Amino acid sequence: MDANDIAWCLLLFPLISAATILLGAKRWPGLSAVLSTGSALVAFGLGVAFLRLGEGAEVRSYPWIDLGEDLFRATIGLKIDPLSQGMMIVVTGVGALVHLFSLGYMREDAGKARYFAGLSLFMFSMTGIVLADNFAMMFVFWELVGVSSYILIGHWYEKNSAADAAKKAFLVNRIGDFGFMIGILLVWVLTGSIYFDQIAAAAGGVKNASLLNVAVLLVFCGAVGKSAQLPLHVWLPDAMEGPTPVSALIHAATMVAAGVYMLARVSFLVGTAEMAAHTIAWVGALTALAAALMATQQNDIKRILAYSTLSQLGYMIMAQGVAGGSDAGMFHLFTHAWFKALLFLGSGAVIHACHHEQDIWKMGGLRQKMPITFWTFAAGTAALIAVPLTSGFWSKEAILEAAHEDGMHLIYAVGILVAFLTPFYMTRLFVVAFLGKPRTDHAGHAHEVTPVMWAPLAILAVMAVFSAYSPIAHTLEARGHADFGHLHFGLTFWLSLAGLVAGVLGAVKLYRGVDADPVNIPVFARKFWLDEIYLFLVRVFQDFVGMILDAIDRYVVDPVFVRFPALCAMGGGYLLRLFQVGNLQGYAWLFGAGVVALVWLLIS
Amino acid sequence: MSFPEYIILIPIVFAVAILFGAPARFSAILAAALDAVAGLMMASRFDTDAVAVNTAPSQFATAHEILSHPKLSLSFGIDGISLVLVLLTVLVTLAAVLASPAESKIKGGPRLWYISLLLIAAGALGAFCSTDLFFFYAFHELALIPTFLMIGRFSHNTENRVRTAWTVTIYLAVGSLILLAGLIALFFAAGGQSFAMEHLYEHVTTGDGIPAEKQNGIYLTLLIGFGILVSLFPFHSWAPAAYADAPAPVSMLHSGVLKKFGLYGLIRVATPLLPEGAAHWQHLLLALLLGNILLLGLVTIAQRRFDYLLGYSSVMHMGYVFLGIASGNSIGLQGAVLLMFAHGVSIALLFALTGALRERAGSVLEFETVGGGLARHYPALGLLFGFAVFASVGLPGFANFAAELLVFFGGFKPFAADAAAGMKPLQWATVLALWGVVISAVYMLRAYRRLFKGERSEHAVALHKEAADLTWIERLPALLLLVPLMLTGFVPGLLLRFIAPAVEGFTAFLGK
Repeated sequence: MDANDIAWCLLLFPLISAATILLGAKRWPGLSAVLSTGSALVAFGLGVAFLRLGEGAEVRSYPWIDLGEDLFRATIGLKIDPLSQGMMIVVTGVGALVHLFSLGYMREDAGKARYFAGLSLFMFSMTGIVLADNFAMMFVFWELVGVSSYILIGHWYEKNSAADAAKKAFLVNRIGDFGFMIGILLVWVLTGSIYFDQIAAAAGGVKNASLLNVAVLLVFCGAVGKSAQLPLHVWLPDAMEGPTPVSALIHAATMVAAGVYMLARVSFLVGTAEMAAHTIAWVGALTALAAALMATQQNDIKRILAYSTLSQLGYMIMAQGVAGGSDAGMFHLFTHAWFKALLFLGSGAVIHACHHEQDIWKMGGLRQKMPITFWTFAAGTAALIAVPLTSGFWSKEAILEAAHEDGMHLIYAVGILVAFLTPFYMTRLFVVAFLGKPRTDHAGHAHEVTPVMWAPLAILAVMAVFSAYSPIAHTLEARGHADFGHLHFGLTFWLSLAGLVAGVLGAVKLYRGVDADPVNIPVFARKFWLDEIYLFLVRVFQDFVGMILDAIDRYVVDPVFVRFPALCAMGGGYLLRLFQVGNLQGYAWLFGAGVVALVWLLIS
Repeated sequence: MSFPEYIILIPIVFAVAILFGAPARFSAILAAALDAVAGLMMASRFDTDAVAVNTAPSQFATAHEILSHPKLSLSFGIDGISLVLVLLTVLVTLAAVLASPAESKIKGGPRLWYISLLLIAAGALGAFCSTDLFFFYAFHELALIPTFLMIGRFSHNTENRVRTAWTVTIYLAVGSLILLAGLIALFFAAGGQSFAMEHLYEHVTTGDGIPAEKQNGIYLTLLIGFGILVSLFPFHSWAPAAYADAPAPVSMLHSGVLKKFGLYGLIRVATPLLPEGAAHWQHLLLALLLGNILLLGLVTIAQRRFDYLLGYSSVMHMGYVFLGIASGNSIGLQGAVLLMFAHGVSIALLFALTGALRERAGSVLEFETVGGGLARHYPALGLLFGFAVFASVGLPGFANFAAELLVFFGGFKPFAADAAAGMKPLQWATVLALWGVVISAVYMLRAYRRLFKGERSEHAVALHKEAADLTWIERLPALLLLVPLMLTGFVPGLLLRFIAPAVEGFTAFLGK
């Protein structure tokens, strides 16, 4: 297989799997599951092969829309560079493990075939985003991951909450994509191209700096939607209505990271637009902070992890706005993918064992019941709270260092603050759910999951702790930290360490041995009431305005522009009938007279 | 005889045969299938390399002279734009005929039903193939009469169907009248010698053209006339009521095919012959199409009945075709033509499925009463509906997305050509129109959610307990529409290869 075959198979295998299931294999759920998982495993193999390809290997592209070079051309072209290679490993690696885990987790599910078709469709779409060499293609797959996420969040569609969450996710993303599309159009206007290579070549020569800033900010809107940044973050916590492996793959490791990946892809553009870059950094920092605050007061195990994901995505986005931080952000994306997927799958194992109980206050004592899950979860938590020498430590350090070096002190301060909060809420989760005594019968009767589920956990646990040491991490972090592997006892190190110790100790002191949350901060628990505010805005600016417009349409526009002319025409005939010429000739006469009059008006 | 003539004649001949006693459904299906084959054969023989002399459709051309002075002839010809519309028509016709009920189930005359459908198709095909201004108009009128009959006689809304039929027909007749006046004025302004399109184009290119002050008046008249037929804001409110009350196959044919006549007319007649008029009224057109997209988009959200929601959504999406036309450049126009096809197929698909839903849920599709979790009762219907919904919201993979993408790039093309000029009204309109993409996702996904997803009400459970999922006969029309829609979405080149040369010739013509 040459580079061309590898890249194309990587893209098409999952599509073939999804299509086969849809077109017939869905009658046999077991077969569908095997097909989908098989394609994911093959994709991982291909992903490894893909990693070994040299940059700039020749790959044929497929002309999707081709109106000629000078008009408009959008191809499906596959890009091979360290960025796409590293990201591909994340997607196929986590993807394959999540497929395996799902075999166990979804074994009894009635919609198993639909579920695996959705997973395969997602793998196809995500691969497309990673390999895209132009904005049009990226947007195509951007929308497709949106729809596969919709399908998977709404997997249990008979639950109102799941059906609503799926819809919400898609619509909120659409709002981001509104800006994204305008951004793409403006980049096209400014650089004359939608191809990343050509944009990169032309970006330096753009004279209209203000328009460039606007364009970059609009492109960033796409990332705000997909990576669930403020103010469009509201869909991600709700997306936890989907099956837990989906949360691990899509709403933690890969899809939500697509915004970060996209910004890294066009980092040369972000670098030329200073105002936009600052905004990006601030949006990321504020998201990291707000989400961490909200996470401290959630009780649903998956929601805590969801807010933690938001917070970590905020870090990555923040890095994209910091000069020279793009690689650090990608590095964090890489390490985060493994440990967050692990944490989600671990929570899935817990939920599975506790008969679909998600409230951490109804768990407890799982350490003895589920030792493997416990220890792997501990490894993931250690990486997330950045225990020194774990992978999460290195990548978070890189981001904070980049902010520090760029002189963005306020942003740096916010980042440090988040480093105090993260250990706090994760320790809270850990202590309440795993330690102490079981609080309910379900928790008391929990037992360890089957090997098909704990094996992926074990693999992920290794990756969670050590992924930063793998060579792939350095593919992504090519420029970044030359002194990687050497502890740098600077300000950042001591501050993060202080955060870690303070957060862990604080949470242990507060939460050990209690059966109800001793802390009660409504503003965090109710997520700053943003959902309620948005609901109100939608009611007013969409539903109410729609109602008013509907009434106007019905009682003003319709009578004036449609019924009145129609009535006049009928009345004309009626008048003629009064003059006893209401026969066919009469209509014809009226018709003719009207036409003659109009024509006379027009041409005289 | 040439392809266009066969294609127009086949439905007429079979309609006559049904009138004289041929089995109605069978004959109609046969006619529609033959027409589809003829359409595909014509496409396969179409020469994409041929360069049109001017923008008059010139392939498979035939003419039968009727009057020599002024020159009036029954003449047909095909170019890439009309070819795509012919393909759309034969495809939707076949689906509409297949989606019609069995003869025994049609109360009020199965023959009339099938004859009407065939005549609507014949009228639309005649209008798209005509290269003579008079017959271009007359064929469209031919299609309106059976539409009236179908609504008045077969509507499931038995209380108001006659009133709806009259209002719609009279109003469309008013539109046609205004259109006729504009066309006659155009005819005289372009020399008054010939109704043949090629002569009209010739007059514009070789002669002095039509004086600007006359162009403005004529273009406005045509815009209103065509606009009424396409349901341009604010002349739109006939459409949702008509589509909600009409039998599903009629809604399919009318919203999917016949409505495209007005858009085709703007592209074929108004814009090339009256370029200065088009430029003069561009801002008005932009304002009105934003009315379609934004105002009516919000109105669509407010609908409480699914059938009305679909009707409004069909009206709303016309705004994007208008946007492509208003952009006036090659990218936007190709997008507009592709979107005419994509919208036609996808809205026909939605109406076909709605017809199937109506059979199971009653004729008035109110969200309150019908819905909740229907995907559980009807998995196949739910799945196909899902495809149709995502086609309608412009998901990549369906031709709708490729077309809308081109329309948006078309809107920004003049800006890209001259970035120093700043944003012009066309670009602002494009930006605002993009918000419509959000709006259409809102109403379609909400509707899908309320009908097919979520918990089932007790009422819904009781209502649907006995009903069965789609039969294979019912799935056939939906698949027939869905497959080409996705095929052209994955490979838009299938249609763009026809559209591109026609539009290129067109813009070259405009550039003269």
